[in-house]
Amino acid sequence: MNLSLELMLQLAIIMPFLSTIGMVTVGRFPNARESVTITTCLLLIYLVVQLYLGLSAGESIAAFWWELLPGLSISFAIEPLGMLFALIASFLWLVTTCYAIGYMRGHNEKNQTRFYVCFAIAIGAVMGLAFSANLFTLFIFYEVLTLSTYPLVTHAGSEKAKKGGRTYLGILLFTSIVFFLLAIVSTWFVAGTLDFKPGGIFAKDVDKIVAGILLVLFIFGIGKAAIMPFHRWLPAAMVAPTPVSSLLHAVAVVKAGVFTVLKVCVFIFGIDLLAVLPTTQFLVYLAGASVLLASIVAMRQDNLKARLAYSTVSQLGYVTIGALLASSAGVIGSSMHIAMHAFGKITLFFCAGAILVTLHKSKISEMRGIGLQMPLTMGAFFIASLSIIGVPPTGGTWSKWYLMIATLETEQFVLMVTLVLSSLLNIAYLLPISFHAFFPNLSRFTSANDATCQTQNAQVSLPSFAIKEAPLPSLIAIIVTTLGCLTLFVYPQPLFELASAVLTGRE
Amino acid sequence: MTAHLPILQVIIPLMAAPICLILKRAKLVWLFSLIVSVLAFSVSVLLLQQVMTSGVISYELGGWQAPWGIEYRIDKLNAFVLLIITSISTLVLIAAQASIEKEIPKDKHTLFYVLFLLSLTGMLGIVATGDAFNVFVFLEISSLSAYALIALGKNRRALWASYQYLIMGTIGATFILIGIGLMYQMTGTLNMQDLSQRLPEVAATRTVFVAFAFVTVGLCLKLALFPLHLWLPNAYAFAPSIVTAFFAATATKVAIYLLIRFTFSVFGLSFSFTTIPLQTVFMALGLIGIFVASSTAIYQNNIKHVFAYSSISQIGYMIIGFSLSSVTGLTSTLLHLFNHALMKSAIFLALAAIMFRVGNVQLDNFRGLGRQMPLTMAAIVVGGLSLIGVPLTVGFVSKWYLLTALLEQGWWPIAALVLLASILAVVYVWRIVEVAYFKEPLPDRAPVKEAPLIFLVPIWILVIANVYFGIDTRFSVQVAESAAQSLFGVSL
Repeated sequence: MNLSLELMLQLAIIMPFLSTIGMVTVGRFPNARESVTITTCLLLIYLVVQLYLGLSAGESIAAFWWELLPGLSISFAIEPLGMLFALIASFLWLVTTCYAIGYMRGHNEKNQTRFYVCFAIAIGAVMGLAFSANLFTLFIFYEVLTLSTYPLVTHAGSEKAKKGGRTYLGILLFTSIVFFLLAIVSTWFVAGTLDFKPGGIFAKDVDKIVAGILLVLFIFGIGKAAIMPFHRWLPAAMVAPTPVSSLLHAVAVVKAGVFTVLKVCVFIFGIDLLAVLPTTQFLVYLAGASVLLASIVAMRQDNLKARLAYSTVSQLGYVTIGALLASSAGVIGSSMHIAMHAFGKITLFFCAGAILVTLHKSKISEMRGIGLQMPLTMGAFFIASLSIIGVPPTGGTWSKWYLMIATLETEQFVLMVTLVLSSLLNIAYLLPISFHAFFPNLSRFTSANDATCQTQNAQVSLPSFAIKEAPLPSLIAIIVTTLGCLTLFVYPQPLFELASAVLTGRE
Repeated sequence: MTAHLPILQVIIPLMAAPICLILKRAKLVWLFSLIVSVLAFSVSVLLLQQVMTSGVISYELGGWQAPWGIEYRIDKLNAFVLLIITSISTLVLIAAQASIEKEIPKDKHTLFYVLFLLSLTGMLGIVATGDAFNVFVFLEISSLSAYALIALGKNRRALWASYQYLIMGTIGATFILIGIGLMYQMTGTLNMQDLSQRLPEVAATRTVFVAFAFVTVGLCLKLALFPLHLWLPNAYAFAPSIVTAFFAATATKVAIYLLIRFTFSVFGLSFSFTTIPLQTVFMALGLIGIFVASSTAIYQNNIKHVFAYSSISQIGYMIIGFSLSSVTGLTSTLLHLFNHALMKSAIFLALAAIMFRVGNVQLDNFRGLGRQMPLTMAAIVVGGLSLIGVPLTVGFVSKWYLLTALLEQGWWPIAALVLLASILAVVYVWRIVEVAYFKEPLPDRAPVKEAPLIFLVPIWILVIANVYFGIDTRFSVQVAESAAQSLFGVSL
């Protein structure tokens, strides 16, 4: 049993990479190519679920691949946090692939084979990252993820895509090479190991200043966590096709960032050490500022995807705050928020893409009344917005709850206020979208001038309202993730167990 | 037979060069040179094996005993460098046949191979010999043939570049000769091992100081350390592409080898690094060189210029590792010697393939190449990633060692700067990637096909080596580390 689980772990990482060979071979036949992708998704989910069952049964699952440099190996081990991340990523990959098939064909995108291949590589990298047993392995897959998503961001090949790609790659490589790598080498030098260990790897008597500087390097270096001022890559990445934005830039890549932050905080520093470092407080406030500022910027965006991107920047700040609060409630809240936000945000992006494909609209100001044309999509948008805001009956409630408890426990009242304020801002920039979609004549939120103009528009287009939903595969994807948001509210138990096992070790 | 390996290493290509003149027919000469290079490669593999298992090999030329006769002395360090040179020369020669077809006039093809083999002989001789004057002789053989090789370039500016190199190279060689002469004056010997024993007695004299200064500056000219790098960009850019691929991977490496040999083995560690502030000077020059050359690379439109400047900046990395005068530092330099040879030969061979198909390597002509020559461009991308130091490529391995070496001595600001400089590499590599993959081809450039197999095979062998040695580091790290250790242990 043990052996086969080990094998499954390695397969879960290798399989997405291997599937690219199949995709390239049958690349000329879209249906065959998509079946390769779907089959891989299903197999991956099967493997990850088996691993989850193994982990729940108390098995310890690890694999060793290769010693790259003396003492630095590529090896993997499963622990609850990585398990949680892998479960979300593999499940949402399947959903996104369904969505992407509808979207990419509906949009007549070019180079679809390249798209699916890079997507699979990115997921393989996420699996490797989630299961990595040391910081070195994690770093390798972190970089693979950056590079494999670059062709996805620049998929359109236009001047704008090129520019976005430049910002994307520039910031992510800059932070990872200059700060992250330096932090890793220094950690290796100070601690003598890079293995993830519960409670951290630094000696008890480590110099607090040095460790504090390292923490700053880590938090800045993990650019994928999009802490301001290194967040610009995320809005820039929005030039990508919507499936990419939804899975990679709402789930896989950004979650890889905050996942890494959590891993570093819990397994490299250990929350006991974290609590006494001189720089922690500064970084917590920085993350808090990032939460608020990004929310404010989000309010000013008229492009729906840009607004969602800034909202993501803000939500990622929550996870970082939770990790840096160095309390068990914080870690639980952060871990749960990775899942909750994933479901909420992916739904929002799916909806944005559906609106683009069906109605060819990307600006929020043009979206009045579309709820009458796309009732299901906009209904889903509304529920997902609730989850992001963190109110029942959606999953987002729970993670916010634990994060609030963590701020209370650690007596960080400024942060508590920040979280509350941010929730209010969330309401302000998300809910009007669905309100206006369903009630086009409701003009309280806009200026008088604008409103008359809008109302006229709406009146002109009112007679032509006919239900025109997104392509069926995309619609199914939207419904699945929306149900996910709701289910996680009613039934958060497995998630909570995984999250609370992060600190205690295996379940 | 195996006892004569050290001299065979040098004599095989030397004897082969005139034979080329007899063979005459270009294709035959190509095949012959290739065989010679493969032979030289096998010899160097055997030598390395022998050195790793049974230690230093000393070979007395003509049976004359060491301090009087010429001694060839192979230890881990030069066996490693010999292997780098011969492996690259073999891979480069495979593609040479097709490449010179387009770039060198027909009647000069035989001459090209003769010069190539002579240049190879010179480099191998410099590395293999244990005699200081012999070093100079081989240095001249390799340099003179190099000037001629560069002058073969189709572009008329090749002549000017070659002339510049001739002047600078001759100054460098003369400086080295003066240095060797001064050492001879003080000790009465030319044998390196003998020198290393006799020099400490007279170390405090001004003459030895001057000798050291001449040798070091001469070598820095040869290895193109900033600010003595001015000859390099044009020489690389206007030489025939094959020549560039060969030199970029080997010529400066040989000079760095000599620098290590003279400072560590001949003058000795304590003299080079304590009596003379070599560390400060080299670290500063290395760092400035990295930044200046990388930033210059960003603004070049001739892609050969881009990678020529990149070579200068990479030399900076090697010099920084060297300046630390620690085992880890030297290991990082030696590793980068090997790794950089792999990256640059892959990239320049790919450029040779583009030269073959497109006719020049101006940035504008790269438009659309991502689609038209996918395999060649992919090779440049992998080579570029390796230059940047992305994990799982060789560049990462050398960077990792350089960083640990820097942190070991508490030079963390330098470590941060070194990492910052690799971002500049991202910029100049990505400029090419964007043009090749995102821009439509120029209307006046006829569409081109993928490069022929004769290019693709050596290019992709090198690309795979870039990744393979980035993952399986046992060979390179072990050799580099033990070579560095032996240099620090007993000098010679």
